[in-house]
Amino acid sequence: MSTHFSFRSARWTALLVVVLALVLALASLLPQGSALSVSPFVVTLCGKYLSYALLALAVDLVWGFAGILTLGHAAFFALGAYGMGMYLTRAIGARGVYGNADLPDFMVFLSWHRLPWYWWGSDHFLVGVVLMLGVPAVLAGLFGWLAFRSRVSGVYLSIITQALTYALMLAFFQNGLGFGGNNGLTGFKDVLGFDLTAPSTRAVLLALTGVILGAVLMGARALMGGRYGRVLVAVRDTESRTRFLGYRPEQVKLVVWIVSALIAALGGALYVLQIGIVNPGEFAPANSIEAVIWVAVGGRGTLTGAVIGAVLVNFGKTLFTAILPEFWLYGLGALFLATTLFLPNGVMGLLRHVPRKRDEEVTPEITNPEGSNA
Amino acid sequence: MTTAALLDLRDVSVSFDGFRAINGLSLTLAPGEMRAIVGPNGAGKTTMMDIITGKTRPDTGSVTFRGHDLTRLDEPAIAELGIGRKFQKPTVFEALSVWDNLLLALKGLRRPHRLLFARLTPDEIRRIEGLLATIRLGAESTRAAGGLSHGQKQWLEIGMLLAQEPDLLLVDEPVAGMTDAETAETAGLLREINRTRSVVVVEHDMDFVRALDVTVTVLHEGAVLAEGPLDTVSNDPRVIEVYLGR
Repeated sequence: MSTHFSFRSARWTALLVVVLALVLALASLLPQGSALSVSPFVVTLCGKYLSYALLALAVDLVWGFAGILTLGHAAFFALGAYGMGMYLTRAIGARGVYGNADLPDFMVFLSWHRLPWYWWGSDHFLVGVVLMLGVPAVLAGLFGWLAFRSRVSGVYLSIITQALTYALMLAFFQNGLGFGGNNGLTGFKDVLGFDLTAPSTRAVLLALTGVILGAVLMGARALMGGRYGRVLVAVRDTESRTRFLGYRPEQVKLVVWIVSALIAALGGALYVLQIGIVNPGEFAPANSIEAVIWVAVGGRGTLTGAVIGAVLVNFGKTLFTAILPEFWLYGLGALFLATTLFLPNGVMGLLRHVPRKRDEEVTPEITNPEGSNA
Repeated sequence: MTTAALLDLRDVSVSFDGFRAINGLSLTLAPGEMRAIVGPNGAGKTTMMDIITGKTRPDTGSVTFRGHDLTRLDEPAIAELGIGRKFQKPTVFEALSVWDNLLLALKGLRRPHRLLFARLTPDEIRRIEGLLATIRLGAESTRAAGGLSHGQKQWLEIGMLLAQEPDLLLVDEPVAGMTDAETAETAGLLREINRTRSVVVVEHDMDFVRALDVTVTVLHEGAVLAEGPLDTVSNDPRVIEVYLGR
């Protein structure tokens, strides 16, 4: 009856992600050295991949479904990481190098005497959550409202997103901004009273990341498979036409833009919990571009592809940088070129060639005959 | 007279880089009327549609629809007031199925936050199925609109226009690229639509205009050159001159 927007693969992927994360988490609790045990290194690595998968999903929502090629999404990821990092920093309390219960180490080092106002309340976990989600959402809302209202699109929009993350990177490098300058935030001890170095805490965090990723994947599937997703695709392909039907493309895009920023921020928060450090390097333009490559490799506009791409490319990066570190960037570039040239729908496109019932999975592929704007 | 008009364009002018696309155009449409607009290339037909639908703002003059000043509104607001538009080149959502194209066009939900949790209602299903029957695309409802033939796309777009339930339909060259049989069917469809709605049709095809059997307005160089029944208009020496050259 309607376009097949079911993304059935998303359900399986969500299930797989949750199960794998739970199994790995449990296995990491087995005595180290036993046959089935998983090392803390692997747990951290998997947590990182899954956090990145959230960023990739965020990129896929706006790039795959709204046609907005974002080259700055790592900004929302990093802001989420900083938001959680602020809480974690305050949770260190008097256990820091300077033993100051009220001021984080780097502020003592800068001989600050008072906590800046924007750090107020960050010692409460809930305030930390509000900061980690609220700040990226507000920034995305403001940015999107201005950009979409002025009908900035295409490559111009891409450039502005890139400028946004670059500007934030420069700002966060400043010591005076109050976020630890180029060292960023680190040295975390515990979260909600649980020791961050304890295997049990790490196992729970990995499992939690898996469950959140699975839930977000299902949520994104419901959103994109519903009426809103169809309108979004209509806006992506023929924006001017939707206006004559009475839709306001700028509002339609703003919604997905903010949702996407929230997902990226969530990924960043889970990332910092498991990696234990966030610094301005997270804002580097290259990070955002890498996220786009993950989605391209996995398959744009497929949701599942974003998750697969993020895990696959980062796994490759882990291997590659261990074996031939100096060639990783060339490898990544070659991968992107190869994907663009030979696999326009990424790994998902490859999978779809596996014979199955015809016209079963018509995902809203990128059929864009007239460009996204008129 | 003025107050009774559904659509009223008065002394409208607009120029692009010094070129006067519309030059003192006045046109009045009564409720329930169907009007055919003809004119040579560059006469300002499409620009007139752009002005009515809010895509182009006139430099001077007034445009009112049921008392609303259209020059102050943008495209979505005008669409919601009840003016629907079909484009010269059929413009449908190619990645979406025929069914979904109609669904998105259905009068009703437009605000993003409402769309997020929208569910298909039995009423919507009934309306879409009715439309599919009208435009004879019932068998194609699951196909991606991008895969339809040119004529089918034209009809789908007319279906989308109907789905909006507008009071006024602006139809730009609906039979371009259609076979004679399709052209005749389209004329019948438009007459059918005109029973309940007002229609403005821009068309080059004189057989089609004749089949519509309505008042014809001839545009030339952005202004009205002649207006009346097709036979009167086509015998007007000024019209003949414009169409055939000196």
